[in-house]
Amino acid sequence: MTTASSADHPTRRDFLFVATGAVAAVGGAATLVPFISQMNPDASTIAAGAPIEVDLAPIAEGQDIKVFWRGKPIFISHRTKKQIDEARKVPVASLPDPQSDEARVKPGKDQWLVVIGICTHLGCIPIAHEGQYDGFFCPCHGSQYDTSGRIRSGPAPTNLPVPPYQFVSDTKIQIG
Amino acid sequence: MSGPSDYQPTNPALKWIERRLPILGLMHSSFVAYPTPRNLNYWWTFGAILSMMLGVQIITGVILAMHYTPHVDMAFKSVESIVRDVNYGWLLRNMHATGASMFFVAVYVHMFRGLYYGSYKEPREILWILGVIIYLLMMATGFMGYVLPWGQMSFWGATVITNLFSAIPYVGDSIVTLLWGGYSVGNPTLNRFFSLHYLLPFVIAGVVVLHVWALHVAGQNNPAGVEPKTEKDTVPFTPYATMKDAFGVSCFMLFFAWFIFYMPNYLGEADNYIPANPGVTPAHIVPEWYYLPFYAILRSIPNKLAGVVAMFGAILVLAFLPWLDTARTKSSKYRPLAKQFFWIFVVVCVLLGWLGAKPAEGIYVIAGRVLTFCYFAYFLIVLPLLSRIEKPRPVPNSIADDVLAKAGKSAPMVSSVIALAVAGALFAGSAPSARAAEGQAAPPSQKWSFAGPFGKFDRGAMQRGLKVYKEVCASCHGLSYIAFRNLADPGGPGFSVAQSAAFASEYKVKDGPNDAGDMFERPGRPADYFPSPFPNEQAARAANGGALPPDLSLITKARSYPRGFPMFVVDLFTQFQEQGPNYVSGLLQGYEEKPPAGFTLPEGSSYNKYFPGHAIKMPNPLSDGQVTYDDGSPATVAQYAKDVTTFLMWTAEPHMEARKKLGLQVFVFLILLTGLLYFTKKKIWADAH
Ligand code: FES
Repeated sequence: MTTASSADHPTRRDFLFVATGAVAAVGGAATLVPFISQMNPDASTIAAGAPIEVDLAPIAEGQDIKVFWRGKPIFISHRTKKQIDEARKVPVASLPDPQSDEARVKPGKDQWLVVIGICTHLGCIPIAHEGQYDGFFCPCHGSQYDTSGRIRSGPAPTNLPVPPYQFVSDTKIQIG
Repeated sequence: MSGPSDYQPTNPALKWIERRLPILGLMHSSFVAYPTPRNLNYWWTFGAILSMMLGVQIITGVILAMHYTPHVDMAFKSVESIVRDVNYGWLLRNMHATGASMFFVAVYVHMFRGLYYGSYKEPREILWILGVIIYLLMMATGFMGYVLPWGQMSFWGATVITNLFSAIPYVGDSIVTLLWGGYSVGNPTLNRFFSLHYLLPFVIAGVVVLHVWALHVAGQNNPAGVEPKTEKDTVPFTPYATMKDAFGVSCFMLFFAWFIFYMPNYLGEADNYIPANPGVTPAHIVPEWYYLPFYAILRSIPNKLAGVVAMFGAILVLAFLPWLDTARTKSSKYRPLAKQFFWIFVVVCVLLGWLGAKPAEGIYVIAGRVLTFCYFAYFLIVLPLLSRIEKPRPVPNSIADDVLAKAGKSAPMVSSVIALAVAGALFAGSAPSARAAEGQAAPPSQKWSFAGPFGKFDRGAMQRGLKVYKEVCASCHGLSYIAFRNLADPGGPGFSVAQSAAFASEYKVKDGPNDAGDMFERPGRPADYFPSPFPNEQAARAANGGALPPDLSLITKARSYPRGFPMFVVDLFTQFQEQGPNYVSGLLQGYEEKPPAGFTLPEGSSYNKYFPGHAIKMPNPLSDGQVTYDDGSPATVAQYAKDVTTFLMWTAEPHMEARKKLGLQVFVFLILLTGLLYFTKKKIWADAH
């Protein structure tokens, strides 16, 4: 764009070009906002992801159920004494993702394990009461979780996450 | 595209690519070094504007397709949830819907420009024909896109347009069945239209590439209509044409933004906010404004087959233009007679468009026939004849001479811009005027807090309106697009999240099945929608003397009345969009105890001044003192009507405040950008003059 006549007012001319280019660039960047933002969950999806309540009364000891929250399966296990003991016996430091069982349940509610049932390897759904640790076994690539939902062997890097939840009464929890 | 490029990259990586795929050289020779006539006026920027519009339509369209559901039961609702729930969905939808109209505005200017300056003449015949093909593809795409929201106009437009093919002798009906994929317009039709509507823009993009290729082989035409001879006649495309186009595009975006942010429904039909109903045809079927001239031609011919042939012929005749007009002089600037006939032809097209929106009766039919004759006469009689008898004025020796001679006079440009703007406004605004219902008085215009570019909803009125809805309207009318959570949305009635949850819990909502397989009732939650008073349409009709109380979510956008000439032109500038609220509030106050003498009221109906046909099944719903207000507002019918209408305007467009607010920001930005581009363009062109 350099031509002979630009020598007259080089600075003013350059300023104009830079200003125009900058304003156009800002506009272009701002335009991207709605085009990208629309990909996020919409208002109805967010509203549908509100907390849910689950009644624990019908779950017998040794049984577990699966509920869905935000499209994710949540495993709720009513653990036996034996299962709790197994989970607490193992030295925490020896685990691939060290975390005590106490830290994974609500105080005084040791029998209730609530975890998001999605394998932390690549997202398959593990099967309950299977594998060497009587916890969860993922059929996809063989990850094994114990009765606290902690990873013990296999390719998964971390423990099954505990979703946010609290007890609203003795036999009812609210997830979310 | 204009011979081998002398472009030599210096960067080694680019060099490596260039030796194997000379794409940079192609870009350079097509869009940088490409010589463009130096005397092009702003009408030539519409090519760039059209490219931008195609890009806008494709990008917004691909995004809308991520959220849209092509199914007869869900299409209408999915469009509404795009507008209501998707982040910036209202913006993307407005861009796409008004973008279609803008695309046609630009293409019509582009075509008339080609017509005026003889851009179809040797050696640009193929370039022109490719343009006609693009235009045809655009019409098909636009039509199928209009069907997708599955409103009343979508459905009946699809029915009427597909039935055009039934005029074909012998095989017509089979072709129509083939198009429908059924015995009538239905789900298979919607599905294939969606598929094709997604496909065709890419076909258009492909033909555009051919169009640009042909352009770069033949070179651009120019206002003088003489081909460039020397270096002095041209300037390099970049920066000269690029900057001029950028300025033109920016001006056009201002025009576009006016519709996106302030008049999104001006070019549409209120009836399309009523979900498709295969059992009821709207009183006046009108196509989108850009088809109106052809629709007028179709209707002016009393024979079905001949009408369809004339309509398609009106478009196809354009393809033969290079051989109908054989005059050697290209530009009408130097053809005194052709120039006059050109403007007459523009007026004929505008009038045909206006007629296309009028009911096909009386004087309109006769006028339609005369104008149809004029339309074809221009191509088949006037142009061939002029080529033989007209004495053109001498054309300049070269483009450079033309540029020199022009220094001083530029008035015709301004006057033609004004003429076109007025004509365009007339044309565009003629669509709504078609829906004249006989004997229906227009409701009085009211002052609404939400009108105008800075309009905001009156929170108090909305909260009172919600109370009126809940205590009065809700016994018969649903509000099914509104969830309780919406009451706490910004720009809404101003509930807190806790208030909206409390409001929701007062409702009983059906849910289920539970573990035992039974449906059960539970208190409403914020995510639930307002429950409808009747389980289905049959129950609603049975309880209301055969009439269906319409869902009120969209009622203020689904009702309108004709504004008439010249008001609809004025509305474009004053941003008047409040026909719906005026109608709803007028209707609520328009009941009369006794019908006027000579009017026989059918059994079970009431007389209403503003209801089309006056006999309305809904008895007068409001009376003074019926709803108790606790904020001291008068408990009168007028106040109830105003409040409930304000509330229903919000339910029809929950993001209206966001739209107007963003609109202001966009305008400030675009004005700044356009100004900067203007001065940049001026600086750059200072060297060329
Ligand atoms: S996904 Fe579970 S082991 Fe790979």
